[in-house]
Amino acid sequence: MGRYFEAKVTGNNPLNNKTCILTIEPLGPVTSPEPGQFYMIEVGGPYDPLLKRPFSYLKQTADSISFLYAVRGKGTSLMKTFMEGKIIKIIGPLGNGYPLPPENCAPLLIAGGTGIASIYSLAEKLPTKACVFYGAKCKNELFVMDDLKNIESESFICTDDGSCGEKGTTVEVLENYLIRTPKLETRNLIYACGPKPMLEAVSKIALEKGLKGYVSLEENMGCGFGACLGCAIKVRNKEQRAKGRKNKVAGAEFVYKRVCKEGPVFPIEDIIWET
Amino acid sequence: MDLTVDIGSLKLKNPVMTASGTFGYGEEYAEFVDLNMLGAVVVKGISLEPMQGNPSPRICETACGMLNAIGLQNVGLKRFLKDKLPYLKNLDTKIVVNILGKNIREYVRLSKSLDDAGVDAIELNVSCPNVKKGGIAFGTNKKILAKLITKVKQSVSNATVIVKLSPNVSNIPDFAKTAEDSGSDAISLINTIPGMAIDIETRRPKLANIIGGLSGPAIKPIALRMVWEASGAVKIPVIGVGGIVNADDAIEFMLAGATAIQVGTGNFPNPRATSDIIEGIQLYLKRKSIHDIKKVIGSINRLVL
Repeated sequence: MGRYFEAKVTGNNPLNNKTCILTIEPLGPVTSPEPGQFYMIEVGGPYDPLLKRPFSYLKQTADSISFLYAVRGKGTSLMKTFMEGKIIKIIGPLGNGYPLPPENCAPLLIAGGTGIASIYSLAEKLPTKACVFYGAKCKNELFVMDDLKNIESESFICTDDGSCGEKGTTVEVLENYLIRTPKLETRNLIYACGPKPMLEAVSKIALEKGLKGYVSLEENMGCGFGACLGCAIKVRNKEQRAKGRKNKVAGAEFVYKRVCKEGPVFPIEDIIWET
Repeated sequence: MDLTVDIGSLKLKNPVMTASGTFGYGEEYAEFVDLNMLGAVVVKGISLEPMQGNPSPRICETACGMLNAIGLQNVGLKRFLKDKLPYLKNLDTKIVVNILGKNIREYVRLSKSLDDAGVDAIELNVSCPNVKKGGIAFGTNKKILAKLITKVKQSVSNATVIVKLSPNVSNIPDFAKTAEDSGSDAISLINTIPGMAIDIETRRPKLANIIGGLSGPAIKPIALRMVWEASGAVKIPVIGVGGIVNADDAIEFMLAGATAIQVGTGNFPNPRATSDIIEGIQLYLKRKSIHDIKKVIGSINRLVL
């Protein structure tokens, strides 16, 4: 059916009063997604809301794909009203997912809030068990905890208010872990998905400790498949660095990359954080 | 059933074209649409030197549409000719290259190179500020617009020259006539309409650039009105663009006087919008027992006017 296909809603289950899991079944054969890839989902229209909404997938089975979403605005409010049997149009899988870690690597998976969706999709696929750091505001906002138990090795759960796991932020928990881990292996790879401030803090720590890894970003999207350039963000210009800066081209330190096409996953050291 | 339309000496197999800036350089849509089926592919606007574009956020959705401040990001003429054009020339559709410049000299250089490279048509983006005349957009000053079009026409031997009019003028027929009198082979309208949006939680503009261009169904009535006015003022073909998302929209524009139409923002939620529209136009012609699409052009019922 290609990457633009129709699917039937087979489930739209609320986990709390704001967050739900949407499950869809494509009406024909589709490409299987890789962890970290996303889909553009029709939420209404055809005139309003005009655009489809991007969501990383949570799980895939032989005939279904599921998404974790939180109601934030117009589009997600409409998604909450989807009934079983509704047919919607979807584009995907899109973007570049997480590069799988090499065999000898010990991946550190870091998720904040609904970022657990794409991190979970990665954790499920890893050949070796990973170390997961997962934080949310409170116990009510931690999701897929049972599924996580089945797949990860060490897990560090935390909540801002201490209602579940450690009291603190994901970043604090990660930092403490790294401090008390004596021989920090450079084979540890970081994979992070969550709110932007969390990703920025995680990247900073990683770079300080000489760790490499990837973050999954999000951005307002128009088309979602690389044509409109609406989701482009500044990324370090590697080619210019490699050339030894011979040409003093204005703005040569960065290039714009599309979060929907070159991303949403980017190497930690490439992101230019602008807060 | 004859779907062909003529834009000057350029014969399109059907009236459905793509709108510059929404279709990349064509390839991005190849997996969704058979590009060979389209009347024409109009690519992202090309400048002499590559342009990076604006910081993010570059877009935001608004009621029945969206704002964009992409910032004219494009690969520049050299890379376009080398990396993008070969793919496009292999397609069995007309290739229209939209161009933009800081001054007339740049437009002329771009036109010459693209004409030499054998593109079918060049579409002039005249919504860019004119650097020489202190930031006035080419498309809002009749004298400058006339000079620009004249110089471009002088530099081109084969390519059809289309001028894409800005909606930011008080009198569309005047600017349409200016384009025609200066030798433009056709005009296309409209480009996006400046707008803005504010996030009330952060109290910041939703776009980093503050102001962006509004597109989508929200602007269709304005675009349609301007196409109607322009068609009444000139004899050269008028290409209608602005909020066309389905065949009904396309037919409205043709009834108002458009010889061809461009689909832009409509491609984002529906990457197959262009082919859906071609099919829809065919169904309309069948239903109305019309055998030649050209009969629809400007055939708005004048008995009631």
